Amino acid sequence: MFKRLRESKSAQGTLLIIPTLIFMVGMLIIPLLLTTVVSFGHPNANGGVTYTFSLDNYIRLLGFTNDCPPGIKTCFTTLYLGILWRSLTLGFNTTVLDILLAFPLAYFIARIHPKWRDTLLFLVLVPMWTNFVIRVYAWMMILREQGVINSLLGWTAGLLHVPFKPLGMIYTPGAVLVGMVYEFLPFMILPIYTSLEKIDNSLYEAAADLGASPFRTFLRVTLPLAMPGIVAGTILVFVPVMGTFIVSDLLGGAQVILIGNLIQRQFLDARDPTFGSAVSLAMMAMTIVATYFYTRKFGFGEEIVV
Amino acid sequence: MNPHRRSPWIIAATLLTLFFLYAPIVVLIVFSFNASRISPLFTGVITKFGPFQLVSGNVVQSPCGPFHWFCDLSQNTEVLSAARNTLFVAVTATIVSTIIGTMAALALQRYNFRLRTFSQISLYIPIVIPEIVMGITILVMFSQLFTFINDSLHLTGDSQLGLGLWTVILAHISFMIPFVTLVVQARLQGLDKSYEEAAMDLGANEWTTFRRVTFPMILPGVLSGALLAFTLSIDDFIITFFTNGPGSPTLPIYVYGLLRRVITPQLNALSTVWILLVLIAVFLTQRVESRQR
Repeated sequence: MFKRLRESKSAQGTLLIIPTLIFMVGMLIIPLLLTTVVSFGHPNANGGVTYTFSLDNYIRLLGFTNDCPPGIKTCFTTLYLGILWRSLTLGFNTTVLDILLAFPLAYFIARIHPKWRDTLLFLVLVPMWTNFVIRVYAWMMILREQGVINSLLGWTAGLLHVPFKPLGMIYTPGAVLVGMVYEFLPFMILPIYTSLEKIDNSLYEAAADLGASPFRTFLRVTLPLAMPGIVAGTILVFVPVMGTFIVSDLLGGAQVILIGNLIQRQFLDARDPTFGSAVSLAMMAMTIVATYFYTRKFGFGEEIVV
Repeated sequence: MNPHRRSPWIIAATLLTLFFLYAPIVVLIVFSFNASRISPLFTGVITKFGPFQLVSGNVVQSPCGPFHWFCDLSQNTEVLSAARNTLFVAVTATIVSTIIGTMAALALQRYNFRLRTFSQISLYIPIVIPEIVMGITILVMFSQLFTFINDSLHLTGDSQLGLGLWTVILAHISFMIPFVTLVVQARLQGLDKSYEEAAMDLGANEWTTFRRVTFPMILPGVLSGALLAFTLSIDDFIITFFTNGPGSPTLPIYVYGLLRRVITPQLNALSTVWILLVLIAVFLTQRVESRQR
């Protein structure tokens, strides 16, 4: 048997891949299938699952409910669709703001003298690898009622002898947006930088020689060639924003509930894993479909692996 | 034309973005030296060394001087045990996933076998699906499995199976394997096969060829894969959050729990230490990378 193994390339390959397959099947594929089964079930009294085959959880997600005023059998609520819409718009706004903030910096790093490049990349990598939760905490300190911004404003108002009432910045949708933009900014800078760095300088020279204005050069040379990076960055920002619940939890309070918060609450407070599973799967389907069409339209390359 | 020509607008926008990136980090660090016990108000730095002394909410004197909150942090046994948990999970999961991931990369790059396409696709799943979904599905599986086992074996009390650090380790291994595989595969792709063929022609068997030729050549890839896996593990919040049992938090989970209850300057001291470690780590990896180039 060992002799055969030694001679068979195919058997050796299989042997090398088996541990990976055990993990991928056991910890990814089976859990995904099981979650699908659970999403068709009903919760029972102690937070467990009664296995049935019903689409109730998905119907509930669309907003149809039996929990109505007396006399009416089914009614419609925009609660969950509202959460979905809020998450999508937040994802969109975060992505757009991140592109606007990231592009100049990425361009600057790509065009600077190579001896400075590592230093600037270092400046991008440090915030990126600083823990996510700690970075949310920083924004809590800045935006709180007695936080850094309000303290500075109050101090200035004191110098000018004008009355000052602290601004209510934390626990608003704006605070969540700022937090999200901050958390995911490095994931936009790096892919855009990767694609801008590949642009040959002669292209800019050619554009200038042919009399293109800087703005026209940007539109016709820089932007098209940066597209793969922007696409990759969009995926790296948009998808995680959908599923993140810490930022909205700590900076949005009870005001801003996103899909991530909805899912987390089903498993921790509401104890309805079946509905939570349905929401997770719906969200996964949405992001995969969106990513597929988006990448098919624009395409991306190695930029996705930061 | 100067290739490094920059318009003042680009410079202004770059500085703005850098300010946005660093202002929160500076705030975290500055407040870790704050004298006030209530963290949001900065009332100055603790200047005097000496026995601990508190005047109207401000620390005026401490045995550690300006580093009062760092000393305070080092006395916090919960933080220390959370840090120990984080390291234990990261080291174990990194070792296992690096070995398994390197094996997978070798299989996919050097061998042909029946499950090749399926394996390659399954390795993309953790990269494509949102992290929260992965956390949820693993939680669902473990909780269903544990309920089933506990019920059918009539386990009660402490002998019941439940979530703990070992479920976190299993979850981390599964999301780290694809990253290690990708990095090592990229290294193998750039490697000339003729070295290995030469070794085989000279009579080395597959194991010797791997040990003496392939492995030394892919070692940088294996190491950077392991480093990536290690960082991902230490930093991970979402998957750990759903697969962790009560009573054994990792550092990110512990900090999150703290933020929901009470905030002290200790947390700033912890943040400062963390940022310092990241600074050193990023600096060292950049050094190693530029030397490889």
